[in-house]
Amino acid sequence: MGGLLENVLNAVAAGLIIGCLYGLMCIGLGLIFGIMNVVNFAQGELLMLGMYVSLYLVSGFAAIGFLGPYAAPFVAALIAGPVLFGGGALLHRFLLRHVSGLSTASRLDQGGFGQLIVTLGISLILQNGGLILFGSTPASVRTPLSAKAFIIGPFAGDTMLFLNQARVYACVVAIVIAVALWLVMERTRLGKSLRAAADNPIAATYMGIDVDRAYRIAFGLGSAITAIAGGLMATYLSFTPFVGLDYVIIMYSGVVLGGMGSILGAFWGGLLVGFVQQVSALVLSPQLQNAAIFVVFLLIVGLRPQGLFGRSAERA
Amino acid sequence: MRVGGAARLRRDTVALAIVSVLYVALASLVHNSYYQLILTLVPIWAVVGLGWNLFSGMSGLVSFGHASFFGIGAYTVTLALVYWHLTPWLGIPLGMIIGGIAAVLIGLPTFRLRGHYFALAMLAYPLAMLYVLQYLGFQEIPLPMHREHPALFLQFAQPFYSTLVAMGLFIAAMVAAMLVENSRFGLALLAIKQNELAAEAAGLDTKRWKMLALTASGAISAAAGGLYACVLLVVTPDSVFGVIVSAQALVVTLFGGVATVWGPVIGAAVLIPLAETLNARLGDIVPGIQGVIYGVAIIGIMLAAPEGLFWTLRDRFWRRAPAPEVIEERASSLAVLVKEGTLLEVSGLSKSFGGLRAVQDVCFSVAGGEILGIIGPNGAGKTTLFNLLNGVLPADAGSARFDGRELRGLKVHEVARLGVGRTFQVVRSFPRLSLLDNVIVGGYGAGLGDRAAAAAAEAALEAVGLGDRAARPAGELTNKELRLMELARALAGRPRLLLLDETLAGLGREECDDLLAVLRELRAAGMTIVIIEHTMHAMLRLADRFLVLDHGAVLAEGLPKDVVEDRAVIEAYLGTKFLAQHHNSADLHA
Repeated sequence: MGGLLENVLNAVAAGLIIGCLYGLMCIGLGLIFGIMNVVNFAQGELLMLGMYVSLYLVSGFAAIGFLGPYAAPFVAALIAGPVLFGGGALLHRFLLRHVSGLSTASRLDQGGFGQLIVTLGISLILQNGGLILFGSTPASVRTPLSAKAFIIGPFAGDTMLFLNQARVYACVVAIVIAVALWLVMERTRLGKSLRAAADNPIAATYMGIDVDRAYRIAFGLGSAITAIAGGLMATYLSFTPFVGLDYVIIMYSGVVLGGMGSILGAFWGGLLVGFVQQVSALVLSPQLQNAAIFVVFLLIVGLRPQGLFGRSAERA
Repeated sequence: MRVGGAARLRRDTVALAIVSVLYVALASLVHNSYYQLILTLVPIWAVVGLGWNLFSGMSGLVSFGHASFFGIGAYTVTLALVYWHLTPWLGIPLGMIIGGIAAVLIGLPTFRLRGHYFALAMLAYPLAMLYVLQYLGFQEIPLPMHREHPALFLQFAQPFYSTLVAMGLFIAAMVAAMLVENSRFGLALLAIKQNELAAEAAGLDTKRWKMLALTASGAISAAAGGLYACVLLVVTPDSVFGVIVSAQALVVTLFGGVATVWGPVIGAAVLIPLAETLNARLGDIVPGIQGVIYGVAIIGIMLAAPEGLFWTLRDRFWRRAPAPEVIEERASSLAVLVKEGTLLEVSGLSKSFGGLRAVQDVCFSVAGGEILGIIGPNGAGKTTLFNLLNGVLPADAGSARFDGRELRGLKVHEVARLGVGRTFQVVRSFPRLSLLDNVIVGGYGAGLGDRAAAAAAEAALEAVGLGDRAARPAGELTNKELRLMELARALAGRPRLLLLDETLAGLGREECDDLLAVLRELRAAGMTIVIIEHTMHAMLRLADRFLVLDHGAVLAEGLPKDVVEDRAVIEAYLGTKFLAQHHNSADLHA
């Protein structure tokens, strides 16, 4: 009996911790999806790039090796943010700008088909470019924390809770960044102009908002946030240039669950997906864990088509 | 067959015959089995694209999950062959049936979702199937060999014959897609793509059409999947249910051009050989370089030809107005019998959104043959009232009786079929379709046959003064003409009551006058009209009576001159400034 309780508690704890990281990852996509209304298939590759940038900062060039094995991986993940902010902004400036926002607002499908092809193309280029540059050998960012656990208990008899230290620290960083971003979006002028551009790009233009710039920032910010999540996740899992494929689906599940256009919603959505994935491991075989995510996803979306936190904004 | 479709169908059939003969002739010259395999795969992927295009390209509902159907086809053929020794000649039709059933089961819950939500939910189905198949242990299944009966099991020693079979499937899929494109089915889907709500308001049962399209699309994709398994002789969950398959379906179509049968053909003919050749030539030297080049290629062409190769090339080299088709059956006229007494009786109609009471206890009636103008400040609940009347939103309480029939509880298309036409604030047209085709949808919605719908559409265009422009593409219209076109679309359904939502918005003074003249003529012909409008001077000249809404409730009702002098109305709607200007102003804007 004690063993079952221990398993359940450990799965719940792991679900919450991994869920927070998924939550951060989803916020990145949610920003792009919510503000630009673009389905970005390359988001998984941005996550992958975050992982590799972090890896090369820590081990490749040892640029921040002086920070020691404990702090370096986390600092590297944070640096991956600004790096990918630049990358994302460039992608927008040269590619996405032509198929989104004002240039396509008046088209019947609002450029949706063009966006699909362009982001799929970017995804292919980054994946295969990654294969050329980084090779296909699985890599991971080594930190001694990955092998250590916080042990809570024993309580209620011999029940003990094991929390992987790398994951716990990554989770804390993720929450801090999510809260900071939420404050930026709610409280600052930048956040307000981003949200205005999301609501109605043409009206926002009339209000003097540079929508093109707002979208560029949104895409950069979305790339940066997901890249940071990638850097943090790199401390506890091994990855290849194709890792994005596994996570882009999870990200979309989380964002749709949370409801488009809601930063908090994307976080909760991601948290829920991580939670379901980990807890379903108690009863399901590993292959069926991801199937469980989709079942929950379809159930919730069927019951609440606008997502858990989204609002229905259709107008006749 | 829809009017105007016959000519295009003939033209496309000839083109299809020529392309097929040339392709088979080319294939017969190729002896290298690897190149022959590429030639077999091109038509197969074209079929997948045709399936995707039939649903997503035509209806505008993007599916990221067509791998579901492709995979179901592939696994049905394979498992039937493994366990029952069933020939693919029966296995592929069986797969199509299962694919069609799967489409219904997927469509039922998923059609509740809109836009990107729909697209992304579709992504989940093939992946769930993929994981379940992995769990069940169907990782990698080779097809049992039956070389002794090559024709029966599609396991030819000469790969050329596989190409022939693939071409057979391709031609069948092309013919099916061409028939759909040129029928009311295709037009209904395009109408859904333009504006689903407007299509419903024109009387189309959009859910039924979408379901039909997804089922047909699923069956076609499943057939392609089944043949794919026979050609490659091995299936894995990743190769047939993977994201790549869904992506391929939309990439070949978008690359070639959406909503035309030639799009997927062009896309598959260019991209499949490109991808395969890159794989074979460069894949071994620098792994990954083929993906990079392929990605650069699709982005480059998309930026150069955002609507796909077919449309871009056609617009550049081959733009001409379609020849007008003569329609023998003339509509008698649009004149309707004026109903004596009350046509629409609304009482106690209410609707709340959470705490906001958008429409509260609204009562009014509309007499046959009159024009009722609904005015009120922004957010007064005018459009919501229309949405309650024609079934876009369910009312919380009250009733609305149209010619004695209760409208509450009816679906949008059912209200339309009773004879209530509606226009919307935002006009959306299908720019590449002719004006006539844009309007015919309204006639189909009323349940008219092909000829009758075309005749009704012509008469409606005539009535709004666009009769001479029926064959022009809608993309060339001015704002005023678009408004007239939408009015014509509502008229083509032979309504007895028209609900017009800000039909005059954004028009200049003269354009406004033209529209007013059309509306007055309609009234003279017996039409009953309820119109929402902001432009006060226009309303004063048009409406027989005014209904003033404020904060969702009726503030005043009566003759225009009485309402305009009502102090409560002036304060609520026109503002106090009006009082000062009132005596010397006949030209007011709200």
